[in-house]
Amino acid sequence: MKTIRFTELEGRSPGFFALMAILIAIIGAGIVSALMMHGQGHHITGMTNRIVWGTPHVFAVFLIVAASGALNIASIASVFGRTVYKPLSPLSMVLSVTILVGGLAVLILDLGNPEHLLDVPLTQFLYNSMPSRWTRSVFGWNFILYTGFIFVVGIYLWFSLVPQYKKFSKAASIFAFVWRLALTTGTGLIFGFLVAREAYDAAILAPMFVVYSFAYGLAIFSLVLIPTYIWTGRELGDVIVNRLKSLLGIFVAASLYFVIVLNLTNFYSAAKGEGIQSFLLFGDNSYSSAFWIGQILIGSILPLAIAFYPKLKARGALLTAAAMVVVGGLSQMYVTIIGGQAYPMDMFPGKTVESITNDGGIAAYSPTIYEVLLGLAGIGITIFLVVFAMNVLRILPESLADKDVDPHHSA
Amino acid sequence: MSRKTNQSEGKINQYRRNFLARTTAIAGMTVAPGVILNSVAQAKPVDQPASNKNRWGLLIDANKCSSGCNSCVTACHEENGVTGFGNPETDAQWIRKVKLTDKQTQKVQTIPLMCQHCEHPPCVDVCPTNASMKREDGVVLVDKHACIGCRYCMMACPYGARSFLHEPTTEQKYPRGQGTVESCTLCVHRIDDPNGPRNPACVEACNAEGHKAMWFGDLKDPNSEITKRLKEYGGVQIRADLGLNTGVRYQNLS
Repeated sequence: MKTIRFTELEGRSPGFFALMAILIAIIGAGIVSALMMHGQGHHITGMTNRIVWGTPHVFAVFLIVAASGALNIASIASVFGRTVYKPLSPLSMVLSVTILVGGLAVLILDLGNPEHLLDVPLTQFLYNSMPSRWTRSVFGWNFILYTGFIFVVGIYLWFSLVPQYKKFSKAASIFAFVWRLALTTGTGLIFGFLVAREAYDAAILAPMFVVYSFAYGLAIFSLVLIPTYIWTGRELGDVIVNRLKSLLGIFVAASLYFVIVLNLTNFYSAAKGEGIQSFLLFGDNSYSSAFWIGQILIGSILPLAIAFYPKLKARGALLTAAAMVVVGGLSQMYVTIIGGQAYPMDMFPGKTVESITNDGGIAAYSPTIYEVLLGLAGIGITIFLVVFAMNVLRILPESLADKDVDPHHSA
Repeated sequence: MSRKTNQSEGKINQYRRNFLARTTAIAGMTVAPGVILNSVAQAKPVDQPASNKNRWGLLIDANKCSSGCNSCVTACHEENGVTGFGNPETDAQWIRKVKLTDKQTQKVQTIPLMCQHCEHPPCVDVCPTNASMKREDGVVLVDKHACIGCRYCMMACPYGARSFLHEPTTEQKYPRGQGTVESCTLCVHRIDDPNGPRNPACVEACNAEGHKAMWFGDLKDPNSEITKRLKEYGGVQIRADLGLNTGVRYQNLS
């Protein structure tokens, strides 16, 4: 294998400026939406006291889960010694951080009182960091896990890029890998620990989110990698693309396995099976459509078929499969987060419940444009930051041609 | 010998004190029913923190709760300055009437539902800024200055008892703020009354209507009306399976 040269993007073409302008517009629209939500109140969104987390959270949680998965390429190369992925490691690290920042930005901009984050005294934050608090507040853990992830991956990137620190990069990669597993586990447990809600309250959600993250992160990675190489005219051979495609297929298959196990388990319980499970999967509602069409068909079956059908063109197949996995991932989050809240909590078994807040009924939810724009801004921030990073850091290999990445390749 | 006499005199004095205290309490309850609680003796000075010697709670008799009556809700929202904007889905509901129909017998009951002031509140567990908190005396509150409005507590609450303020607030009686979460405070300002704990507005209104379906009191005081009634007639917790040990109990919920 030849020595891989990493170079920055030139970043002077009209296309580059047009892309950045579009991204700034998307981010700006999201920020304006957030300001309007804070000025006028969240009543301008579709969120209510029943659907307390809405479309912004669908995007935010999707991005946060995908963030840890985007680091996988670096982990596979370094922790598991698959050198073919080595040239992609720096991009994988940077992208994982930018996706996380995009997701967190949406979460923070959606808060009712983000400014109180600054008011919360340091003592309060430190108190939250105490082990006794960690055991109770998953958000408390996640404060540490999210900020720590950016720091840990930053160190890992630094060790990888600076020649004299390269010797530490293996240890840093192992530490970052363990950290990312903890991060996604923590994100899964945000839901897993909601004991009162039937849609959640399952330990399987933690490993399930880890496996989802493999697929979502790799999908976003592919969607960034391929266009970047096409638009900058750099070589991208089929060896690496086919490997990524197969890897995506495996991750999608693993995700599907968890989906099947979770849903079968839920159907086994009479209360859940006839209640929330039937509602989410076989109800006359958008959640059932999102599950079957979005998550299962577009997000799982079709990408699986594309990933393992050999006669397709590698790049186009990977791009299509990755885009489908993203659609599937957003659908999954929609079903999990919003569908899970829409179904009433079973406070009074054996009774029908009526109240002014529609306690016994299905909660209505239609997102407004403000929520959608805020969610899209998270994606905008992610792409803007990663393109900016490509522009100032040497993280992109000049060539990913087959002969450059695979020593055994014969043209 | 003299020591023994002193001891027995001390006991007699203790009995006298207890007798006087009980008599006074009973007299007080007779004179001003539902206004001043029998636990006046435990009134704490305003500069003292809440104590874990008390555990404030509510007992609600589902059989006495009148289906057409909404006075507890109205009184609560008036007392605490909770105003609506004509949209029940986003308006704050500190307390709400819930109509329950048994699927098998079609028996209909109504009950007021509010924050259950759990001993192990899931909302407090999940709060990342400690804005959700439980006082030593069992009252679960939200510190509006620390609440960032993430709504994780609302996801965690098994009773849907918390509301997010979706609109700007005006003319507040007690601290409220757009973008923060709030719920029943058990009329904590009345609990902390320098003259002694008073019934929450909901209980007062229920008594005034003559339904007398709600009791407020100290669950740790064996002589309080609420404890005596619970001991005599029992009471259930909603979602008892979660093991939260709620401060609000219900009777005749069947």
